[in-house]
Amino acid sequence: MTALPTEPARSAEPAPATTGDGLLLPVPDDDGAPFWEYARRGELRVQACAACGVLRFPPRPCCPHCQSFDSEWRRMSGRGRIWSYVFPHPPLLPAYAEQAPYNAIVVELLDAPRIRLVGNLVTSADAPLDSVDPSRLRIGAGVKVAFHAMADGVTVPRWLLERP
Amino acid sequence: MSGALKDATAIVGIGQTPFAKNLVESERTLACRAIIAALDDAGIAPAEVDGFASYTMEETDEVEVAKSIGAGDVTFFSKVGYGGGGSCATVAHLAAAVATGQATVGVAWRSRKRGSGKRPWTNTAVQLPTPGQWTRPFGLLRPADEIGLLARRYMHEFGATRDHLFNVALACRNRANQNPAAMMYERPLTREMYMTSRWISEPLCLFDNCLETDGALACVVVSAERARDCRRKPVYVHSAAQGLPAQHHGMVNYWNDDPLTGPSWATARHLWKNSDLTPEDVDVAQIYDAFTPLIPLSLEGYGFCGRGEGAAFTEGGALEIGGRLPINTGGGGLSEAYVHGFNLINEGVKQLRGDSTAQVPDAATCLVTAGEGVPTSALLLRS
Repeated sequence: MTALPTEPARSAEPAPATTGDGLLLPVPDDDGAPFWEYARRGELRVQACAACGVLRFPPRPCCPHCQSFDSEWRRMSGRGRIWSYVFPHPPLLPAYAEQAPYNAIVVELLDAPRIRLVGNLVTSADAPLDSVDPSRLRIGAGVKVAFHAMADGVTVPRWLLERP
Repeated sequence: MSGALKDATAIVGIGQTPFAKNLVESERTLACRAIIAALDDAGIAPAEVDGFASYTMEETDEVEVAKSIGAGDVTFFSKVGYGGGGSCATVAHLAAAVATGQATVGVAWRSRKRGSGKRPWTNTAVQLPTPGQWTRPFGLLRPADEIGLLARRYMHEFGATRDHLFNVALACRNRANQNPAAMMYERPLTREMYMTSRWISEPLCLFDNCLETDGALACVVVSAERARDCRRKPVYVHSAAQGLPAQHHGMVNYWNDDPLTGPSWATARHLWKNSDLTPEDVDVAQIYDAFTPLIPLSLEGYGFCGRGEGAAFTEGGALEIGGRLPINTGGGGLSEAYVHGFNLINEGVKQLRGDSTAQVPDAATCLVTAGEGVPTSALLLRS
């Protein structure tokens, strides 16, 4: 298990919840903080029970299968398939309305199909949320992870088509 | 003990305010008006009220309500979470409290100014009670987006189409067109209007989404024995259930084995287990309709058809008056008013009293459901 800072990723001052442009940053809870710390390092990791090995998402304090409180963070291949998608249209928060209609997708991981992550399909890690032609989105399409720095020290996984 | 709740209590009074995009009065005032109207309907003095149940999202608490309406000593009060998932549970909690002697006259209510007030999802400072860190940064901001993902997957897996969702929207609109109190009373809906309307979160269009409403409703629950002496025909709480299924995640239920079997399935198992009735016995249903896809999902969950058959069930006018299962006979959240589903409870009572504006002939049993897609609840009412 990779050593992580013991201090939770929160300070006494509430962190700003948005980027300068007004996009929403993830606000990690104690259980989710390691996911975001690994993402910052460019690694997609999912919480697993250290006793029985079952993966779980979203992260939580103990294993729903064996009740162990010991967990580890297992690195994923970063490959998946689109499980579903939507194209949000306004009314939306202004920073999102500017890019609308964009896509929001659910990706099932090839390593663990029951682990599904919400994200965005983009043409490159730092491209806008509406960068992929909507007609390219299909349930079952293969995708691979990329990492986008939303703000200083805040990185989110995004998704690229395996066959762009 | 499993039969202790069955028919032990009844809804004996209902009340409501007007429904509109913008009402002048405060949520507190509207709550009091609906509650006093419901007590008047029942013929019960406010001083006799000793139980309250409400939603956690209700801004007016029982302290304010009790002192405003002139309640006596209150011995039972509860709040149920998860937005529209709590609607039927408020009545269920009162039924349990009255059946076990914790209260004698219970009032449930919902007052909301969502028509003129803020949309909850626009709050960027406070995380909504969903796992926001996993969804909101990616622009999955609103309930319509969250349910839209499930809807797209449902359409993909089971061949459901926008015409099926239109069937739902149309049935609700047709009933609203019969209901002078409905916000959409004079606003018919056509297939062309539906198919050419703007997207909210594709695959969901404007008419797949509920209304935005200011208004309040309330109902009064007493024992079956007491109900016989009330002003109106009692409507018995035959069965009641809440449901939070294993490994459920709220409205963003993407992380379990089968996201398309939502909380209605768990709720239904408990509801039917404690009932003398089966889905075939239901004359009319009031099914929570914040979004049209919740109807096929709920039809499956409550056992009116098999898994994946909910969309096909809506064909051939099945949801209309005279159809296989008339639903949302006041217009529902899609076309009467969106007050977190409380209008569905009161409409169920109207049907079983025989005085709905879209009356199902001889209706004797009514299923009322709360929001599918969140921890939910349901009632089986009978006359």
